[in-house]
Amino acid sequence: MSLALPVRKYDAIVVGAGGSGMRASLELARAGLKTAVLTKVFPTRSHTVAAQGGIAAPLANSTEDNWHWHMYDTVKGSDYLGDQDAIEYMCRRANEVVVELEHMGMPFDRLENGKIYQRPFGGHTQDYGSAKMAMRACAAADRTGHAMLHTLYQQNLRANTQFLVEWMALDLIRDPQDGAVVGVTALEMETGEVSILQAKAVLFATGGAGRIYAASTNAFINTGDGLGIAARAGVPLQDMEFWQFHPTGVYGAGVLITEGVRGEGGYLINKDGERFMERYAPNAKDLASRDVVSRAMTTEIKEGRGCGPEADHVLLKLDHLGPEVINQRLPGIREIAIKFANADPVREPVPVVPTVHYQMGGIPTNYLGRVVVHEGSNHESIVPGFYAAGECACVSVHGANRLGTNSLLDLLVFGKASGEQVVKDLQTSPKPHRNLPKDAGEQTRARLARLEAAGSGERVADVFAELRRTMQAHCGVFRFPDDLAKGVERMKAVAERAARVYIQDKARTFNTARVEALELDNLVETAMSTIVSAEARKESRGAQARADFPERDDKNWMKHTLWYKEGNRLAYKPVQLKPFTVEAFEPKARTY
Amino acid sequence: MDAAADSRSKEMRLRWKCRRGLLELDLVLETYLQRTRYDGELVELLDLPDNEIWDFVSGRRDDYEQRFAGIVARLRAT
Repeated sequence: MSLALPVRKYDAIVVGAGGSGMRASLELARAGLKTAVLTKVFPTRSHTVAAQGGIAAPLANSTEDNWHWHMYDTVKGSDYLGDQDAIEYMCRRANEVVVELEHMGMPFDRLENGKIYQRPFGGHTQDYGSAKMAMRACAAADRTGHAMLHTLYQQNLRANTQFLVEWMALDLIRDPQDGAVVGVTALEMETGEVSILQAKAVLFATGGAGRIYAASTNAFINTGDGLGIAARAGVPLQDMEFWQFHPTGVYGAGVLITEGVRGEGGYLINKDGERFMERYAPNAKDLASRDVVSRAMTTEIKEGRGCGPEADHVLLKLDHLGPEVINQRLPGIREIAIKFANADPVREPVPVVPTVHYQMGGIPTNYLGRVVVHEGSNHESIVPGFYAAGECACVSVHGANRLGTNSLLDLLVFGKASGEQVVKDLQTSPKPHRNLPKDAGEQTRARLARLEAAGSGERVADVFAELRRTMQAHCGVFRFPDDLAKGVERMKAVAERAARVYIQDKARTFNTARVEALELDNLVETAMSTIVSAEARKESRGAQARADFPERDDKNWMKHTLWYKEGNRLAYKPVQLKPFTVEAFEPKARTY
Repeated sequence: MDAAADSRSKEMRLRWKCRRGLLELDLVLETYLQRTRYDGELVELLDLPDNEIWDFVSGRRDDYEQRFAGIVARLRAT
């Protein structure tokens, strides 16, 4: 490929058409900017569709509530790693973005009086952590994400947003003068053609990357494309050691078995048939918090009491509940167990493992969605033209641990805020497009040319499987020093293998093998940043639980990790402890 | 385009259309495609929203259009 790549010009490009991408693009299109949204799959098939629980907002429709209580819960939930300015900003805009969505036609569940119905959710309280739960989650049955995507898609059609469907972004183009982002290279799957999409603003909304773990609830599309692209372009990734796990994903598949199963009386057993949670949490037993249950499961497996030929999972027993309870109170569970575990829970226990669910880290941004990097003594140096929102971004509102229903809120608030910021940046000081650097697209051409030329090497599927096994075994929900150190070395070997992958199918059009090879590069950056950051953080905080450092260490570790691809190195920056208008919430032990 | 290239292209297009927002569907469709290279009914079914397809495949709902009876049965058996 020696010819120059074709160039298409836009005011703004959004990469990703899930909740945050479509909320952002709506602002851009409404402002009349020439906007393109790139997406690997049709917008309403983005992974946001899987979100069930709801959107947190202190509307106070059923219980007394306010943004300051919500802020307290979010700061505490983050285990004091969340930035308190961004958290205040999010909680103060929550009601606005939910009401807006309602006015767009989102079919929220309703109260008798017509107001949005709100339900309680773990970690959301009244009066700064009192025993009284806040009813704060706004939902559309158990299909909140689905309803939100459809609502936002319709609004975008109305605003004339241009969607480039089945396009994959490949690399960032930066101006060598000041590092400003001036576009991306992208692959149109239909034709196999690679183009340069030149823009004054590039906004990443590529979602999470949970596929780096063998046990993951994430859909196959969640390959961390935005993270990989940013890392290859020299942008650091922040707080990547923090991944939220769910205790009961179906072994070998990842599909979630809801907590409701244990709520109804289901319990976990090890290979000896022992109800082991009685030893770890004598009172709450199987209903202890997610992290406690997940760590106990990992300990059982690590100490040789796991089940199956590989002794690598435990069992969730519910046959004693009887078919009536299972069929009536736990709809869908029996189908999931039969389909994905080949086990009918009416008769036999279901194999489960702690399963990765959500990524707290990502591309560092401020509360306006602008990507910020660390330069000298300035921790918040803005990368001109570059924005990020949603799960791929680290604002950071979730810190070391996210509260349920705060993720959809994050998508809405920071999708909107980043879109507003792009509009402001482009309209307050209108400038022509910057010239593309001479070598624009060279990085992409080199990657594709290598794939094109390679006649032998590693198979993509083999390297991907090894990557996922490595992360699961060495950097799971409970982390051990030897495992982490060996895991870093094993990941380096995976990265070397990934650089030698080849594909047999060299066809230009609709070449899914090529797409998967390109995705693998992004998975490698995500996994490497995760395990290197986790190995270095010598404390337990939120989702990072280390056997050798079981306590939170605010003196040494109340700081954000920044991982750089170049040199595989780390830097740190302080947590923003100062909110905008209220007193800071001082760190306390996080107990519930 | 010759016939072989045309059928390859249709297969690949279907393969990508099977990348969904719900993991449940990714898994079922991945298994199904290991045995079936191309299925025209599946192409049409995949235009429905993810949750609706999953409701049909998991047996939670049976109110699918008659034209999908064959493919829903095949996916249920997967």
